[in-house]
Amino acid sequence: MSDNNPTQAPLLDIQDLQVNFHTRRGLVRAVRNLNLSINEGETLALVGESGCGKSVTAHAITRLVPMPPGDIASGSILFRGDNLLDLSEREMRTLRGSKISMIFQEPMTSLNPVFTIGTQIAEVFRTHTNMGKKEAFEKAVELLDLVKIPAPAKRAQSYPHQLSGGMRQRAMIAMALASPEPGLMIADEPTTALDVTIQAQILQLLSELKERVGMSILLITHDMGVVAETADRVAVMYAGRKVEDAPVEELFANPQHPYAAGLLGCQPSSPQNKGAHRLESIDGSVPDLLSIGEECPFSNRCPNASDRCRAGFPEKSEAGPNHAYWCHHPISNSGVAS
Amino acid sequence: MNETKTATTDEIPAEPGFWRESWYQLTRNRAAMVGLVIIALFAILAIFAPLLAPADPVVQSISERMTPPLSPGYLLGTDDLGRDMLSRIIYGGRISLVIGVVSVGISLVLGGILGLAAGYFGGWTDRIIMRIIDIMLAFPYILLTIVIVAMLGPSLFNAMVAIGISQMPRYARVIRASVISEREQDYVLAERSLGTSDLELMFRTILPNALAPTIVQATLGVGEAILSSAGLSFLGLGAQPPTPEWGLMIASSKQFITTAWWIVTLPGIAILLTVLGFNLLGDGLRDILDPRMRD
Amino acid sequence: MQRIGRFEQTKPARLPDGPVLALASLLGREPSFMLKFVAKRLVSLIPTLLGVVTLVFFMIALTPGDPARIMLGERANAEQLAQLRAELGLDQPLVKQYGLYLSRVVRGDLGNSIISQQKITDELSERLPATIELALMATLFASILGIVLGVAAARKRNSWVDYTTMTGALVGVSMPVFWLALVLIMVFSIFLDLLPTGGRIDVRIYFKPITNFYLLDGLILMLKGEGTEVFVSALKHIILPTIALGTIPLAIIARTTRSSMLEVLKQDYVKTARAAGVKERKVVYRYALRNALLPVVTVIGIQFGLLLSGAILTETIFSWPGIGKWIYHAIGARDFPAVQGGILFISIFFVLINLTVDLLYSVINPRIRLK
Repeated sequence: MSDNNPTQAPLLDIQDLQVNFHTRRGLVRAVRNLNLSINEGETLALVGESGCGKSVTAHAITRLVPMPPGDIASGSILFRGDNLLDLSEREMRTLRGSKISMIFQEPMTSLNPVFTIGTQIAEVFRTHTNMGKKEAFEKAVELLDLVKIPAPAKRAQSYPHQLSGGMRQRAMIAMALASPEPGLMIADEPTTALDVTIQAQILQLLSELKERVGMSILLITHDMGVVAETADRVAVMYAGRKVEDAPVEELFANPQHPYAAGLLGCQPSSPQNKGAHRLESIDGSVPDLLSIGEECPFSNRCPNASDRCRAGFPEKSEAGPNHAYWCHHPISNSGVAS
Repeated sequence: MNETKTATTDEIPAEPGFWRESWYQLTRNRAAMVGLVIIALFAILAIFAPLLAPADPVVQSISERMTPPLSPGYLLGTDDLGRDMLSRIIYGGRISLVIGVVSVGISLVLGGILGLAAGYFGGWTDRIIMRIIDIMLAFPYILLTIVIVAMLGPSLFNAMVAIGISQMPRYARVIRASVISEREQDYVLAERSLGTSDLELMFRTILPNALAPTIVQATLGVGEAILSSAGLSFLGLGAQPPTPEWGLMIASSKQFITTAWWIVTLPGIAILLTVLGFNLLGDGLRDILDPRMRD
Repeated sequence: MQRIGRFEQTKPARLPDGPVLALASLLGREPSFMLKFVAKRLVSLIPTLLGVVTLVFFMIALTPGDPARIMLGERANAEQLAQLRAELGLDQPLVKQYGLYLSRVVRGDLGNSIISQQKITDELSERLPATIELALMATLFASILGIVLGVAAARKRNSWVDYTTMTGALVGVSMPVFWLALVLIMVFSIFLDLLPTGGRIDVRIYFKPITNFYLLDGLILMLKGEGTEVFVSALKHIILPTIALGTIPLAIIARTTRSSMLEVLKQDYVKTARAAGVKERKVVYRYALRNALLPVVTVIGIQFGLLLSGAILTETIFSWPGIGKWIYHAIGARDFPAVQGGILFISIFFVLINLTVDLLYSVINPRIRLK
């Protein structure tokens, strides 16, 4: 699947993004100096614990960060060469839902309870094209068929509460595809709320659709199992910073950052111990974002932390082609096994 | 509030910390503090009425009738019988605050007993009591109040009783609900296993925990009682002349709205301010004491 | 046990976050379920209604004062009194009187008024249109303005719009209705001389009511080409009572709408709509408002029920010839059967409206229906 062509310009290119939140307790630097790119047709997984800035990044791409208290302080987000941060609200809105769409964790609460599935999907079509009501609804039925919902014409008439969780997520995906030319789909924890068996089906569906529609996926997750199954490339975030970026096989085989290694080390090996995917193997917890200065944010939990780590965040290092990490004491050098 | 209730088995969670914290939050709620200041102001006027009022509220002075406000000697003017408006409004505050507090007191006692019994004993007791409450709620509140006064005969005291009875169902419901949520808590079960009697349990351990929502309800209830009693007096079913009751003042001067606007307007503003005070405070208390009601 | 349960369902805090089904699809698919549901609720009403009748009977029966003496006046002799008491059944034991009353009520007979000697049901039905017309207008006024203001306040949370609206709403619920009515009369009728002080229509207009809803009658006459006089006069007369009666519901509806809207705007599906590029105005008015209005519908229904009964003060001040004013006069005249009948009528009306609100709510929100 890793048919990414490095010579081609990336679909999405985030450069030096900074997102802050002005809270009553002080300035929270939710995303710091983030560089991230997604190539055409690629699935990039953005992984990390909750609060690491991965969802904020997604909201920054769609410019749905609530402002105030949020604030995109600096950086640029290039989408096919255009800086999204320079677009007017109206221009941005025409992108949302057409070239950049999003699906969320909770398919139950993410669908409007008072409208039928078909109406909601048709509504998105009508927002971005000048389709008539009837035509848009027919398109919606087609999409429901595309996401493999049985009896799509009948299901289009259903309300969200009449569908199962997996069906609802399929409907959400259909809604995200409801545009003439989908470009990037941001999937924010798309399977977290679903049963294990349904999870696999949805991930399978996403991969298939990506090929068929020819879009890229930014997959936000904390579940390394999902990453292994779906992603081409992985970016690991911790406390607002990207700490490692590598092709998926490379990361699983040869993680450099101790945090990335920790994430891999404590993954459930079977569905039976689902829920055990917390980071038990890494002592301590994510530091308060308010209290982080220029040090490596992982230094208070890292087994290899030194004074250098507490003095400043490391520069980028490379462990191979397309494999970058930000650590003073990477695993391969320190010899600590994960 | 739920966190504060996860107390260990053998202690009664009447933590002073909860109330101190609530008070601190209240002082930071601007609207609630405005309400509290208004109430305090009217309370001070009411308590020290004989000292503060410039004149006797019922003494008439026909030669000086309908003097407009800001006249020498009459800051707020005089009414159609030459009585000093300011003094009447100050004394009226006495009556309204007493009505509010007494009515709510009656409600609390009645509603408290019924709500406690229903919630604590459950089963048939609960069913019968709740059925009575439902029937009372089938009557529109104002209508019920008017009918009870009409039955008992028009007087200020009967108005208070009527308001007290009509408002009772909501307290019974609030208290019942908190008792039910409290009944199965560990500390109550522990006390019961130690042989504490039902009555003692209800009053000593369960009731204090029903206090927070009841305070919210009672604060709002005082305002409503003041409004209702003014309405009853306006209809001639509450206070009787020459009592300087605000609603009655408006009623007895309504034919003068063409000539002397202040006689009608000022007592109404007094009612408005007092009730607003209780509503502001009640809303603030609800935000603090009853987090479920927050938006 | 079946209880009315109305209050559990309508706490403003409890916002529906679940699925909602439109009336059409519901009636299309599950009519038998709906019928059963309605039947069940109606049956559960019987004990409540029985309780209401019982309470009304004993309240009035135990009130000191002898109806026979009121009817015959002070100069009646003992023999006349005894005869009338026998006629009215007042010499029977209380329990028997209760049984008689109950059997009459079930047959729809509320007795005769002492003062007018007319059937109470006739007197009530004669005045009902006036009361309903006023209550409807007040509810309409309160709902439209309240929803608009509530949405505006929620959209611009913590702005001056929000603060002004919410302060206004708080002042609205703190105001004595009768005082507001007098102030309105003072300003609009006396000082500005724009609107009449009372009544339903200009006394100089000769007009034979068709439906007894004067606004509707005016419209019908207008359509028949018989002039706008009746409609304009009826409209002018209803404006001030509408504002006076509608202010408290207006305040309550604005507050409910605001908090409901704030809750809905936090929901994920609003985020979804925004992420799909839907225009903000459409997000608010099409996606969010429809959900936010669910609890508001209940509040509006309850307020309508309260207005039908709570119009005693407003009707009295504006000489509005409705049920409220009639009951007030019956109380003053100690016309016991009239008071008894009037209260019973209004209470049953109130209970039925609340039931309707309940049913309506369960139709638009199947979460309750599915339980």
